Amino acid sequence: MVTSTVNRVDDATDQQTGSATPRDPKGLTRKQRHWRENIAGYGFLTPWLVGFFGLTLVPMLYSLYLSFTRYNLFSPPEWIGFDNYIRMFTEDPNYTQSVKITLIYVLVGTPIKLAAALGVAMLLNYRDRGAGFFRSSFYAPSLIGASVSVAIVWRAMFSTDGPVDNSLSFFGLEIGGWVGNVALVVPMMILLAVWQFGAPMVIFLAGLKQVPRELYEAADMDGAGPVKKFRSITLPMLSSVVFFNLLLELIGAFQVFSSAYIISNGSGGPAGMTNFYTLYLYKRAFSDGQMGYASAMAWTLVIVVAIIAFVLFRTSKMWVHYQGDNR
Amino acid sequence: MTQRGDVWVRDDADQERVPAPRPYWNRKRITTAIWFIAMAALTAIVLYPLVWLIFATFKDNSEFGQNPALLPEDPTFDNYAKVMEGIAGVPLWRFFANSAVIAIAATAGTLISSSMAAYAFARIRFKGVGIFFTAMIGTLLLPFHVVIIPQYILFNNLGMIDTYWPLILPKFLATEAFFVFLMVQFMRGIPREMDEAARVDGAGHVRTFASIMLPLIQPALVTSAIFSFIWTWNDFLAPLMYVTSPEKYPVPIALKLYNDQTSTSDYGATVTASLLGMVPILLFFLVFQRLLIAGVATQGLKG
Repeated sequence: MVTSTVNRVDDATDQQTGSATPRDPKGLTRKQRHWRENIAGYGFLTPWLVGFFGLTLVPMLYSLYLSFTRYNLFSPPEWIGFDNYIRMFTEDPNYTQSVKITLIYVLVGTPIKLAAALGVAMLLNYRDRGAGFFRSSFYAPSLIGASVSVAIVWRAMFSTDGPVDNSLSFFGLEIGGWVGNVALVVPMMILLAVWQFGAPMVIFLAGLKQVPRELYEAADMDGAGPVKKFRSITLPMLSSVVFFNLLLELIGAFQVFSSAYIISNGSGGPAGMTNFYTLYLYKRAFSDGQMGYASAMAWTLVIVVAIIAFVLFRTSKMWVHYQGDNR
Repeated sequence: MTQRGDVWVRDDADQERVPAPRPYWNRKRITTAIWFIAMAALTAIVLYPLVWLIFATFKDNSEFGQNPALLPEDPTFDNYAKVMEGIAGVPLWRFFANSAVIAIAATAGTLISSSMAAYAFARIRFKGVGIFFTAMIGTLLLPFHVVIIPQYILFNNLGMIDTYWPLILPKFLATEAFFVFLMVQFMRGIPREMDEAARVDGAGHVRTFASIMLPLIQPALVTSAIFSFIWTWNDFLAPLMYVTSPEKYPVPIALKLYNDQTSTSDYGATVTASLLGMVPILLFFLVFQRLLIAGVATQGLKG
């Protein structure tokens, strides 16, 4: 790291010229300067440190403790060991249902969203002139997508005899509303996620601009077709961007909340089909007052996310290629 | 031959390659035309919900569920008139004022605390910088939901329920690691000589930060400010937990009130309030789109 080299340079100067180096106009000794650096460092970091310990680390540990208790905010937490976890996995069909639809949402929605993002980014990359307008248009949903407004619009668009139903009936498909339909409400939520493909698309596009054109020219000379070029040039050169997008989108998808809340009026219905993980967690905590159970759910989520991040980082060595990395 | 005005001038280089007549619609032009058509079609699909929403605000209540067409049969401003009155006895402007107060305070807090933390991470060589930096990166990936219950208990014990403190205070403590990370990245891109020169001249870290670093990272500050404002404006979960009296509701929770009512009656007012709730963000987007997209592209920020 840069820091250590700079420190070493300082040390060397100190040894040559004694305690007050020419670089230090205030005539401080090395020890005094280190002190000053420490004080300044922790001074600047104080707000973050208070936030990190007070609002993140200690709450996390407290939540871990609560996950082994029964607690309703009013009477003191009662230690019940692994009961919450055992109940979650063995006795709570709502939990199983919630995990199931969340996994479907994450595992189906994220690849589709990223594929759409990459596909449109490649189309946009075909031309520079005129692409800016389209890029902005495609990005707009990402900015507003998490808002309550959009969830309300989505619900209206997919409701009975709404515009989506109407255009599908043009093709002879009679749906009769997606929101109340047990089979279609998850696909509808996935469509809402895919609609927000703009943010990963912008990141893909930035990655595509970095791919040297000579690679494609060389491939053209060798007579490589578009599929071959995509698999042997585009994907490997984009792998670090794919990795980044995949990590963020997977973690983000697990935490879908406001759209599910608004579309189901906070109920998670119909038949628990929008009872996504964090919505169920929220209901358990704040509607049912089961803080211990909800904390156990939260920690399970943290562990799952940590495993996903760990696996992605570990396997990334096999498929992520960093430019200029010749190891 | 080359054409200059109306006169054909003969030049030697032309002798061999007599220009073949090229049709206007050559291969390249056709591909470009197809590209534009495809992009325009995709734009139409992607923006359709927004366009639909805009037209829907002019539909009469009776048209919802009856007229799925884009255009209203009988355009009316009734929805706007009704929505201005507000809901639950609170006028509409109040929700916007509440949201603005929260978003502006949160943005100020984020800028101050994140730039300070970023300066410490990027420029000060103190003991423990490495481990805290790693911790900061870790919080980028941490699901927020693991801390909401203890935070709720904490703010409850501090008597801060139904105030804006739980929404604003965390921002002054740099809890949104994205912004710290963005600013660290930006500062690392600034040549060290710029601020080291000031240090040699005897300026302390405070002065170096305030008069050298802050002006240099202005683009990162602007990008952070816009994103912070938009995210706070959109935030639903935190005010849902902490703000309980209707006159203190920010826009998203007010929209929830409308939404809860739709099952019974007023679709027109609901969609109209939804559109109005988006207007500040759409304005930000129209004005700052290049900056926002550059921010996403370089830092991988989410929308």
